[in-house]
Amino acid sequence: MVRDLPATKAEVRDLNFYYGDFRALKGIAMPVHERRVTALIGPSGCGKSTFLRCFNRMHDLYPGNRYEGEIVLHPENTNLLAREVDPIEVRMRIGMVFQKPNPFPKTVFENVAYGLRVRGERSRRAIEDKVEQALNEAALWDEVRDRLHQPAYNLSGGQQQRLCIARALATDPELLLFDEPTSALDPIATASIEELMHDLKQRVTILIVTHNMQQAARVSDFTAYMYLGELIEFGVTDDLFIKPKMKQTEDYLTGRFG
Amino acid sequence: MLRERAIELLLFGAAFVSVLTTVGIVYILVKESVVFFQHVPLADFFTDRQWTPLFDDAHFGIVVLLSGTLTSSAVALGVAIPLGTIIAIYLSEFAPFRLREAVKPVLEMLGGVPTIVYGYFALLFLTPLLQRFIPGLPGFNLLSAGIVMGIMIIPYVSSISEDAMRAVPMALREGSYAMGATRLQTALKVVVPAAFSGIASAYILGISRAVGETMILAVAAGMQPNLTFNPLEPAATITAFIVQVALGDLPHGSVGYQTIFAAGLTLMVLTLACNLAGHYLRKRFREAY
Amino acid sequence: MIRRQRYDVLFVAVGIAALAIGILTFLTLFVDMAVRGLPRLDLDFFTSFPSRRAANAGILSAWVGSTLVMVVTAIFAVPLGVASGVYLEEYAPKNWATDLIEINITNLAGVPSIVYGLLALGLFVYQFGLGQSILTAGLTLALLILPVVIVATREAIRSIPQTIREGSYAVGATRWQTVRHHILPYSSPGILTGVIIGMARAIGETAPIITIGALTFIAFLPPAPLKAEPPFVSFEWLWSPFTVMPIQMFNWTSRPEAAFQANAAAAGFVLVFMTLTMNALAIWLRYRLRRSIKW
Repeated sequence: MVRDLPATKAEVRDLNFYYGDFRALKGIAMPVHERRVTALIGPSGCGKSTFLRCFNRMHDLYPGNRYEGEIVLHPENTNLLAREVDPIEVRMRIGMVFQKPNPFPKTVFENVAYGLRVRGERSRRAIEDKVEQALNEAALWDEVRDRLHQPAYNLSGGQQQRLCIARALATDPELLLFDEPTSALDPIATASIEELMHDLKQRVTILIVTHNMQQAARVSDFTAYMYLGELIEFGVTDDLFIKPKMKQTEDYLTGRFG
Repeated sequence: MLRERAIELLLFGAAFVSVLTTVGIVYILVKESVVFFQHVPLADFFTDRQWTPLFDDAHFGIVVLLSGTLTSSAVALGVAIPLGTIIAIYLSEFAPFRLREAVKPVLEMLGGVPTIVYGYFALLFLTPLLQRFIPGLPGFNLLSAGIVMGIMIIPYVSSISEDAMRAVPMALREGSYAMGATRLQTALKVVVPAAFSGIASAYILGISRAVGETMILAVAAGMQPNLTFNPLEPAATITAFIVQVALGDLPHGSVGYQTIFAAGLTLMVLTLACNLAGHYLRKRFREAY
Repeated sequence: MIRRQRYDVLFVAVGIAALAIGILTFLTLFVDMAVRGLPRLDLDFFTSFPSRRAANAGILSAWVGSTLVMVVTAIFAVPLGVASGVYLEEYAPKNWATDLIEINITNLAGVPSIVYGLLALGLFVYQFGLGQSILTAGLTLALLILPVVIVATREAIRSIPQTIREGSYAVGATRWQTVRHHILPYSSPGILTGVIIGMARAIGETAPIITIGALTFIAFLPPAPLKAEPPFVSFEWLWSPFTVMPIQMFNWTSRPEAAFQANAAAAGFVLVFMTLTMNALAIWLRYRLRRSIKW
């Protein structure tokens, strides 16, 4: 659907990632285009979630991991993976939504406000405004406006996931990472999240991991196909799905394996 | 961020207190014992058959106190090991879920009774009771204290043994049942052997607990050092001796003062050996499953 | 076939008998204390000092002493224990220093309580010069129950799913922020359970306190913490000699007169009642916990 290449938000350059001695990602290089949805697809174990988690330095939480290569964030041209770069700073600019909705055992309001609080935001007005804005952007405001101070756990699965999206949006991220966001949800909730993504991408760059090919075809502008830790093919979604360049891609898309 | 590092350091310091505590214990026991052993030759300590440290003609044979400790512990384990194991097997392999859930807290509370209360019970309830059946039983005796101590230890033995048995995979039991074995046969021939190192560690920790127990013995077995292995007699254990000396006047730096540290060091060595053995066995068991 | 199954039934009987022995002993103990002690329990008993005349003797100095010692114990044990637990679960890298700490904690849990008394006597009373005081007693008991609090903290923290932590970090929180806003609040019921169990244990401890040198006949109260004149708060009580409930009971048990034995039973009843209530509270809390937060 997009013919001329839009601006690049992030660029992955020769990324290798090691779990201890095991090389999980091999020489990945691709662009992430600004205000577009880029999908990462591939069979189980191909490394797509591992790749996604490099963007917000999630791997730093666990011992024994090592990055090689660069993920350069524009416009300042900083390498996110550099040792000198504080992972906390990275995570303040890049948000993540997880596979299984993981709201905190707090109220709806406090869930969304949390990101603001850890940044030191103290003004009650400012927080309330931001929370409302984020919940609106996540298409959840109307459903929870009367229940802001009730436990988040009372919401349905789909609502909880949208709450998590609101939580991520509250801090105005430049890049939003979705790790199989709908795999734990029913079809109706899934559809609402997909619709949401369509609206969100006008403001935020989105990178989504999905094991569901059709979902990738529905929501994304660009798609990357991965296999066993390598990036096999990257391209405009329509082009990749209709006429893949690599045979491996074609095999996966036509269901010959995986 | 600097603040994060400072907080981490603070938390580490708190955790390090445990190491400092151990260091403190070792330091103080060794320091005073070293002075003690300058007065009392090591050979005498182990071979003398009298323990009269506070008399003019002082003797320092630790064997005397050890006999009290070992005899009372033997009685205690004679109660705790059979009963504890039976209870563990019953709860793990036979008891319905509801019963187990109801009984376990009660057993826990049994272990939560202050030992001085157990001591009172042994002296003023059990001993008179036993005296009816055993004529000539002295008011202070190791038997009464040992029995009550045993009952106190039952929850330790039974809960660790039960955990060990429940960790044995169902598949092993099913293999036995499938061959037509009864529940008891399966329990005794399959589960208990499989859980053996866990159960052994429970026993050893029970031993450690018995050896280290103080108040029950100080109250009910008397504090008179007596070289004996007969539970019908009164005797002092290592722990009771320390209490006895502490109750009196202890000039800091006197031989009497140092004696309790030497006794304490002996006690530490014993319990440490038990704890290490028990820990090793428990680890080995966990690795198996 | 019938013969072998008979053994099953027999064993069930044996098992229940074994349980019964344990439970019956406990009940007998409790009832015995109650029967002998309850008649002695009146307001005078709680408000009188110990005395040479059994009928006048009371546990005033003992329960006040116990309370003050418990306060000091809690002040040391809770922060140290929780901080240790948090460090080990959220911060500690897998290296030899961490192993050393963990080995020590496991070890200390198995050290006889009288050895803690020796540690306190040698180090706190004499070497550090803290004297035979409430402060020393509180410190000693705090060290004694530290493993209990640490283990309870660690277990409570471990039950928090990793995805909650990741959710917090993903939003840009630092490790301390995650601990402060998530880990500690969510684990506090579990921690509280452990603290209650630890305190219940500390109340009943006799041997270490005797070893420190708590006197068995105390006919006065430590100086009050609150004063009428500035600075209004006094710490004198920390350095005061004292006695505690179990020691008072021990003292009375050691006297042959029947009247003192009744006193001992009364004190014992109070002690057992308190420890049982605390343990029951902790168990109930644990049960409620299992049903409430479902991650």
